[in-house]
Amino acid sequence: MAVLNKPPVTGAGRFNGIITWVDQRFPLISLYKSQMSEYYAAKNFNVWYYFGSLALLVLVIQIVSGIFLTMNYKPGAETAFASVEYIMRDVPGGWLIRYIHSTGASAFFIIVYLHMCRGIMYGSYRKPRELTWIFGVLIYLCLMAEAFFGYLLPWGQMSFWGAQVIINLFATIPVIGEDLAVWIRGDYNVSDATLNRFFALHVIAIPMALLGLVAAHLMALHETGSNNPDGVEIYETMDPKTGTPKDGIPFHPYYTVKDLVGVAVFLIAFSAIVFFAPELGGYFLEYNNFVPADPLTTPAHIAPVWYFTPFYAMLRAIPSFFNMQVWGVIVMGAAVMILFALPWLDRGQVKSIRYRGPLYRGFFAAFIVSFLILGYLGVVPTSVWGEFPKGVPIVGGDYVATWAARVLTTVYFAFFVLMPWYTAVDKEKPVPSRVTY
Amino acid sequence: MTAIVLDRVDDKKRRFLIVTTTAVSAAAAGAVAVPFLASWFPSAKALAAGAPVQLDVSRLEPGQQVTLEWRGKPVWVLRRTPEMLAQLEKNDALLADPASKSAKQPDYVKGAARSIKPEVFVAVGVCTHLGCSPTLKKEVGAASDMGKDWPGGYYCPCHNSRFDLSGRVFNGSPAPTNLDVPPHRYAENVVIVGEDAKGA
Repeated sequence: MAVLNKPPVTGAGRFNGIITWVDQRFPLISLYKSQMSEYYAAKNFNVWYYFGSLALLVLVIQIVSGIFLTMNYKPGAETAFASVEYIMRDVPGGWLIRYIHSTGASAFFIIVYLHMCRGIMYGSYRKPRELTWIFGVLIYLCLMAEAFFGYLLPWGQMSFWGAQVIINLFATIPVIGEDLAVWIRGDYNVSDATLNRFFALHVIAIPMALLGLVAAHLMALHETGSNNPDGVEIYETMDPKTGTPKDGIPFHPYYTVKDLVGVAVFLIAFSAIVFFAPELGGYFLEYNNFVPADPLTTPAHIAPVWYFTPFYAMLRAIPSFFNMQVWGVIVMGAAVMILFALPWLDRGQVKSIRYRGPLYRGFFAAFIVSFLILGYLGVVPTSVWGEFPKGVPIVGGDYVATWAARVLTTVYFAFFVLMPWYTAVDKEKPVPSRVTY
Repeated sequence: MTAIVLDRVDDKKRRFLIVTTTAVSAAAAGAVAVPFLASWFPSAKALAAGAPVQLDVSRLEPGQQVTLEWRGKPVWVLRRTPEMLAQLEKNDALLADPASKSAKQPDYVKGAARSIKPEVFVAVGVCTHLGCSPTLKKEVGAASDMGKDWPGGYYCPCHNSRFDLSGRVFNGSPAPTNLDVPPHRYAENVVIVGEDAKGA
């Protein structure tokens, strides 16, 4: 009997009895040790390492605020908009819960983008952490789906027309496209049927998938151990006396307490937005979404919420070839999917940007800049930078912003596609055997 | 009674059973998924609302327009006079896309008339700019309130987009493309909007 073999728990005072009872029936102590008190992380974590735990915090915020929103929200084309207004005006504290949820959505993407940026900078996707990275990209995909489905629910003008445009992307697929779009909508137009299925996906299907993926992401991470800003494997330098990594410290209490400081700073910023600028100038909540959905009137300017705009800018920049519009959709999809290939595109000998050569640094900087400018171009109308003069060859008469987006899309893809080349020939610096700080 | 010999495992039989059980289970799981995926198709109610609509065009006076509702959108059926048809040919220079190259229309409507029967024009009455529904201004010249050079057509009150009587957009309008022509066909004198013509 396994129960008898497990030693009783000590050191918990009057709780020794109850904890022993649980531990002999559930791997409580071993889980606590392997995931917390004896999970060793490098001691040189910097500010970039806050975003993992913050993402977890925002996930919890979104789930809790979301559960409370569903208690008053009524999906349905006739009821949705009014029920959101009801939450905002009549439900005690309803406005706060809704603003927490809407701000949480944008906060989630800010944190996840920074978290991914950290992963790229320090080579956290490299062997042996490829699966941690892949689970992470899947989480990012789920997050995009979750945000898209959720954005339809208030049934405002941007909800409606945003969904209309995104679903019509599928209609550009040759042959099956139109039928596929009808299947997704459940109708010939975005309608009550669409709203109800998006509600089901937003509150049940995607969150369950997200939780499963987050668990897999953490399990894979704790199997290999965390990376660090130097990209040094801390398990290669063990302390013979303790049998633990010389550069490692237990996650709990060191990093749990450190992360709490990050939580405090984050919550200050988060609260400032929730209480003083929940719409954030139209970026977190678009003004047109305070107008009820009207299938007969399209708003003058349709733009997705900021976190999708880099990809939206790519979509808009790609012209139709061979009388087909599907190319923009393919490019947009590829821009996300190429993230999966990252661990195998990188041929560098070092993980961290600290020891990379000038080629990598140049491509990385260009990639970040292109992503940011594309994000800006996706928010504004194509005419923002005016037109080229008619006399200019090739580009004459076209919008400047369209060509800028094409160039930047090329730069974005160059970071990935050329990576096997420039990481292999780059002049890298020697990596120390121990972490630096 | 023979004793069961436990240590003699028929590996071949075991593998066969594992493979068949897995395959049959996978097929069953796939089959069960079908009704769930099928539930995403438009319901009977949505299908009824999206069903083809029809109109007997022989009952239209020349110059008369009737608006049908199809899939929640207005669809116009206009019976054009010979004078209107003659005018269409003269509009080319004023139009952004006289041959309707970038317009959404079925393959079986061609040319300036953009219709199956030249005199009967069928179009989705939704402006391709921002989705307002334009008004019919069929009179020519000053009588139309559209200026003395107005050749007859449609006018969108929202942002001043102008179209001719084939739904082709005039130069200088904010609308990017000509009006959509929905799939339609004829059974004798009855136009059926929402079904494609045969051989298309």
